[in-house]
Amino acid sequence: MRRIMAAFALLMLLALPAAHAVQPDEIMSDPAKEARARELSRELRCMVCQNQSIDDSDAPLARDLRLLVRERIGAGDSNSQVLDFLVARYGEFVLLKPRFERQTLLLWLLGPLLLIGGGVALWLQIRRRARGGADLPAPPLTPDEQAKLAALKSEETKSP
Amino acid sequence: MIAESGHYALVLALGLALIQSVVPLIGARLRDVALMNVARSTALAQLLFVGASFIALVMLHVNSDFSVANVYENSHSMKPLLYKITGVWGNHEGSMLLWVSILALFGGLVAAFGNNLPLSLRAHVLAVQAWVASAFYLFILVTSNPFLRIASPPIEGRDLNPVLQDIGLAVHPPMLYLGYVGFSISFSFAIAALMEGRIDAAWARWVRPWTLVAWIFLTLGIAMGSYWAYYELGWGGWWFWDPVENASLMPWLSGTALLHSALVMEKRNALKVWTILLSILTFSLSLLGTFLVRSGVITSVHAFATDPTRGVFILLILCLFIGGSLSLFAGRATSLKQGGLFAPISREGALVLNNLLLTVACAVVLFGTLYPLAMEMLADFKMSVGAPFYNLTFAPLFTLLLLAVPFGPMLAWKRGDLLGVTQRLLAAGVAGLVAVAIAWGWATGGSTLAPLAIGLGVFVIAGAVTDIVERTGLVRLPFATVLHRARGLPRSSWGTAFAHAGLGVALIGIVCETTWNSEYIATMKQNDVAHISGFDVKLDGVLQRQGPNYREMIAEFNVSRDGAPLSVMTPSKRSFTTRGSSTTEAALLTRGASQLYISLGDANAEGAIAVRIYYKPMVLLIWWGPVLMAFGGVLSLSDRRLRVGAPKPARAKQRLQPAE
Repeated sequence: MRRIMAAFALLMLLALPAAHAVQPDEIMSDPAKEARARELSRELRCMVCQNQSIDDSDAPLARDLRLLVRERIGAGDSNSQVLDFLVARYGEFVLLKPRFERQTLLLWLLGPLLLIGGGVALWLQIRRRARGGADLPAPPLTPDEQAKLAALKSEETKSP
Repeated sequence: MIAESGHYALVLALGLALIQSVVPLIGARLRDVALMNVARSTALAQLLFVGASFIALVMLHVNSDFSVANVYENSHSMKPLLYKITGVWGNHEGSMLLWVSILALFGGLVAAFGNNLPLSLRAHVLAVQAWVASAFYLFILVTSNPFLRIASPPIEGRDLNPVLQDIGLAVHPPMLYLGYVGFSISFSFAIAALMEGRIDAAWARWVRPWTLVAWIFLTLGIAMGSYWAYYELGWGGWWFWDPVENASLMPWLSGTALLHSALVMEKRNALKVWTILLSILTFSLSLLGTFLVRSGVITSVHAFATDPTRGVFILLILCLFIGGSLSLFAGRATSLKQGGLFAPISREGALVLNNLLLTVACAVVLFGTLYPLAMEMLADFKMSVGAPFYNLTFAPLFTLLLLAVPFGPMLAWKRGDLLGVTQRLLAAGVAGLVAVAIAWGWATGGSTLAPLAIGLGVFVIAGAVTDIVERTGLVRLPFATVLHRARGLPRSSWGTAFAHAGLGVALIGIVCETTWNSEYIATMKQNDVAHISGFDVKLDGVLQRQGPNYREMIAEFNVSRDGAPLSVMTPSKRSFTTRGSSTTEAALLTRGASQLYISLGDANAEGAIAVRIYYKPMVLLIWWGPVLMAFGGVLSLSDRRLRVGAPKPARAKQRLQPAE
């Protein structure tokens, strides 16, 4: 029985996915090309993972993609050619940095637009109000607060 | 019995919350003190019952009662005691129970320590608090009951996800929830103010400590989670712009904005409407975070569609509270009077700029997180938004913010002198430039922006120091006077300086780690030596060991530098048989703020083993920064004006001091 259990445990061990992202056997011999591959890997999504780049992921698909990227680089593709190749195969979903196009216009422009729009609106508002006149008076006290204030005042006159 | 008692206690807590939702409001309408005070007792009783319910679940986990489905699915009899306890919130049902427990804790704290609040304000606040609580009790009881029994109990549990079997799980979620849920207090205060139609500087003073407490916990919680990911996931990444992380970052960003705008409101009675809106938005983002994480919608829109009960329920809660509070805001906000005028260049102006940048940054993260979901649902266009997008959009916003940070605390209220402040910050600016020059000369490779960013970090730190130097009169006054003034300085000024310096510290850490991180990836055999950043790392051997509920393979590395032995590092790889999964336990060697990081891959048939070694310069600064920020928060919290209780009358001795 124990032997069966041990065999089972061993099986489980073998079935485990590779533990790390880039494996030693994947690395390209040319350091410059390898650096390019790493850079590209960080911008590509492992499509079966939850928001991981293929550089970080240990899923078999990520490994396949890493090898594919290196194969394209080895074949002399430029960075954008590699990305085009992958988008043609897997769609825009593979890009962690979406391209600037019709569907993603709003996503890219939101930050700058909000910043400029908000900045202008605030500047106008502050200037308008600064010219507007004196401070508004504070709201009047409620009866409760007046009673409390009176109590505090009488306490203060009592203490030396 | 324990399970049933816990379940029953939760039902009772729901009942109490329902009473607390309605009765105090009727009391406030009728000006009936007794009815308003019901809120206090129900809030405390609610805390008692939810606490009992939570303890019941902890006991079930500790006793390994596998007749309860939640325990069966997430525990194992061989699991160490610590992980049996932390496993309580390492799953959906338990973590929701922790969520409501913390909500009840905050409600109880307001009830217990809110004696200085006006009675009707306290009644309103606790009633709103109870609305939120009722919604989430219902959610737990209807869709995620942790006390469900299994008809025929199994003998052994399915164990907790091994990645979660770590001390990180003991600290990270409770801290994060203390932050998330803590913002419910400022939300309740905001709704109460809108309902009462009364809001003034005193309101801001009551809200600020609660916001600060929540912010401190959220800051530490996020930093803790990041460090946990760094050492547990095995490749040394510490921030992934994952939707789950974004869910915690968004309330942090708007909560930070809220802290600053509440300051303007407290001191100058201005920005009232905006502060109320931020209070509502911050908690709404916390709710949104809960929805994103708990509904499964981020894994995939389709995962959400296949099991929609939970997701739809939280979505309903979300729409109800966000929609309801924003409509109330839209209806009532105009009636709030604006006060406190200020020129564009002033402390207020600087804080408004802070708010603008933080809210835009928050909007960018929110958009990045939700845009792909919206595109997939509305336009059937599958796309991803990941780290490269955020780095590109987030970094410029934070650069602007950090450039402005040293100016803010040095500008005067109402009307500031930008030129004067610039002159006073000259030394800090020079320090920044010197840092740029040093980094430029010393650095080999990496982005040209990196030295500039380091200069910016140094500028922020030096700016914070300058502020304190100016306030205490260091350099220009005799030392005894300086000491006296340093002691007399409000704690909140020290808090500001520490928190702002923390930003600079974190920035330096982030830049150093991302730019000059070196790595060595190879397959190593016994007695192989790896050379990295001046360290010699020799693999001495590999051994196997049996842990309580796992087997582990440990590799022993001897680390030396220039022939002098430094340390032995033992990274390991654990295999958990019950779940059939494994974790990597990285070994860390800390030298100053830098770390050497080793994690293991698989061993092959000949006994060679895949190894990743990283040298991460200044990496610890990434987390020391937030710790400094939180420390600043604690200092600010202990400021005299925020301490509970009325200030004592001034003593005669203080009147004799000369005016400065």
